[in-house]
Formats: sequence, C-alpha cells, structure tokens
Amino acid sequence: MHELSITEGVIDGICEAVPEGQVRLVTLEIGRLSGVVPDSVRFCFDLCARGTRLEGASLEIVEVPGRARCGSCKRELDVDEVLAVCPCGNPFLEVLRGQELRIRSVEVT
Amino acid sequence: MCATCGCSGTLAPEPLGATPHEHGADHDHSHPGEHRHEHGPGEAHDPHSHEHRHPDGAVHSHPHSHRHGEEHVHEHSHHVEVGEGTTARTIALEREILEKNRLLAERNRGWLTGREIFAVNLMSSPGSGKTTLLERTVRDLQGQMTISVVEGDQETRIDAERIRSTGARVVQINTGTGCHLDAQMLGRALEELRPPMGSLLFVENVGNLVCPALFDLGESGRVVIASTTEGEDKPLKYPHMFRSAELILLNKVDLLPYLPFDVDRFGAHVRQVNPGARVLPISATRGDGLEAWYRWLRSGNEGRRRSCANP
Repeated sequence: MHELSITEGVIDGICEAVPEGQVRLVTLEIGRLSGVVPDSVRFCFDLCARGTRLEGASLEIVEVPGRARCGSCKRELDVDEVLAVCPCGNPFLEVLRGQELRIRSVEVT
Repeated sequence: MCATCGCSGTLAPEPLGATPHEHGADHDHSHPGEHRHEHGPGEAHDPHSHEHRHPDGAVHSHPHSHRHGEEHVHEHSHHVEVGEGTTARTIALEREILEKNRLLAERNRGWLTGREIFAVNLMSSPGSGKTTLLERTVRDLQGQMTISVVEGDQETRIDAERIRSTGARVVQINTGTGCHLDAQMLGRALEELRPPMGSLLFVENVGNLVCPALFDLGESGRVVIASTTEGEDKPLKYPHMFRSAELILLNKVDLLPYLPFDVDRFGAHVRQVNPGARVLPISATRGDGLEAWYRWLRSGNEGRRRSCANP
C-alpha cells in the first residue's frame, strides 16, 4: 500500500508549497503506468488530510494515458499497461508518457 | 500589469515559495499553450522556470519539474471565483509528488559517494532468502571488505540479530505499518550506522515486490532476489519491481530438481520487463553462483572508489 506514503507526500508537499489558506480542491496527475492506483489514493486522502489545512478538500485525479515509442519500428503507440507489446511484436518500448505522479494545482480560500 | 509576475491577469500562478499577491480586477484567462522541452534520457530534474506568453503579450514564468524526454502540457487556470464573499484562487504547483523523497535520496547518494561507499538496495518478496544470502555474503567476504547492513522489517529485530552474529555492523529499521523503506529512513539509519569509508553497505528492504520499487533511497545499485519456489512468472506480475533493478538473483537453484521451474523461461520474462538486467542463478545455502555475485559486488565497490579518486 505505497499509496499511503504517496498521499502523505501530496499533503506534505502542498502544506510546504502553499504556506497559508484553506485548501478546497487538489488536482493530481497520476499516469496509468506509474504503479500508483488512483482509487487507493482517494481512499487514503481524507485520512491523511485530517487535522491539516487540506481537511475536507476535494480530490480530483487526472489519469494520464500511457504513450510509448517502439524501439524497433519506431512508431508511437498508446499503452495502458506496463507490459505492452508493439503490434510489430517488439516488447521493448520506451515510455514517453504515463509515469506522472504530480501535484498539478490546488484551489485555496 | 502585475508587478510580481508581469502578467496582466487577476492572479498569477505562484511559483513555489513566492509571496501571494493580489491584482485589481477579477477575470479569467487561460492559455492552453503546449510546449516541449528537449533533454537527453534521464531522470526527473530539479524544478526550473520557464516562460509563457499570454495573448496580450505579457510574459511570466513559473517553476516546475518533470522527467526528461517526456512530453508534457501545462494548463494554467488563474482565476478568482467570488461567491458569498469567499475568494478562491487556484495555484498551479506542477510539483512531483515524490519530490521530497527524491531530494532526500540525492542527499543520501551524495553522502555515500563522498565516503566511497557502495550501497546495494536488496528487494524481494518475503521468504526469498535475502537474510540467508546476506549472512553467507558477510561471512564469505569477511577480511576482504567492511560490510554494514541496514535491515528493514515491519516488526522485530530477528534479522538484525542474525546479521549481527556474522560480525557485520547492523541497524534495524522497523517500519511499523509501512511497507517499504524510504530515503528519510535510510538517512536516519546512516547517521546511526556511520559506515566507514570505502565500505560495502547492504540495505535489506521490507519483503515486498510492489512498494519499494517506487522509492529511491540514494543507493548505488538495486538488486531483486527471486527464488525458484516463487514461480517463473514473478517478473511479469511485478514489472515495476523487476524493471527498477539492474541485477536479478535467482535464489534456491539447489531446489530445481524438485520444482517445475524453468530457468530459461524466467530469464525470458525478466528480459521482457527489463532487457538490460542481468540474471544470476544462485543458491545461498549450497553456494552456487555466489562467486559471480561477489565479483559484481567487488566491481561495484572498486568502481565507486575509482570514480571518487578520479572525478
């Protein structure tokens, strides 16, 4: 359940970056190939936010689809799993997008 | 125009640590400007600033961090919503969630590099033989290298006592409910352990094939131990873990006569997930393959010392 540490990292990161105000909305980017499960982060969020300036904040997660380049035929393709294989048969893909773990923005009052 | 950031907007996205500032009039604006940075392959790098030009010509900059070689899009929603006397403002952060761990890991890496210490992060599922391999390794290399061990487990000091009996210096970290070690835990352990110059450090991570993969500790090398009793499909089931390592030790090969385990198939699965990883079949109890493992350790240890001697 590394999502618990990930969510704690979100709360700490925001408290550090935004030194004052009540946080109402948090928008995260989580790539589909990042190894982090958005539903688990949602589950942990309220728990981790308790007693902080994020208590009661809404959480919005933007899931970033995976994109990769084939090392063999060089085409770019959409991938939704880590072990995707190119239609040309090559399993060695360079991931271009989908590994994001980012705090995009917060809404503060 | 805003004196702080140069934009003409109501509220600008505030760089991390910047003083919040107010503008005169309320309005919304956005610029879905897509832009790219070109870098060589590599990891995420420090937050940096870059400029955006608004349609009215105003320019402002904001910091962010991202991985190299990765296309990314920025959206700024600088807006003010006024409702029932409450003003909400959106602050663009563009901050890596694992930023704090990454910075602490870099600090550990600098500390270890400065002391010419080769640090190996050992990861596996519970019961793959990590502690048995460590006991044997410490005993076999005694007199050749100074070895220290950081033991990570949720509870108990059982493993630390096993390692201590070999004569190695050891610190136990109990993570409690935590399922992995992070850079902060290793930093504290290093302060307590104070491994000597030019030594070898093993970090035995919590037995878990999922969570430790995401957390950089500042180690010099990552090793995954799989064992023949676990089945040859583990690399496919836990791709993040097997992808993060440079060396895969396949332990318990002495049991192969009794198991329907296909070593070649295991190797093919590793290559599918991580074509650059090396697979080394070993038996921590019978001794198979250990000389190759020790060569890998010696070469890492000597490489670390050489790179420090000739920066």
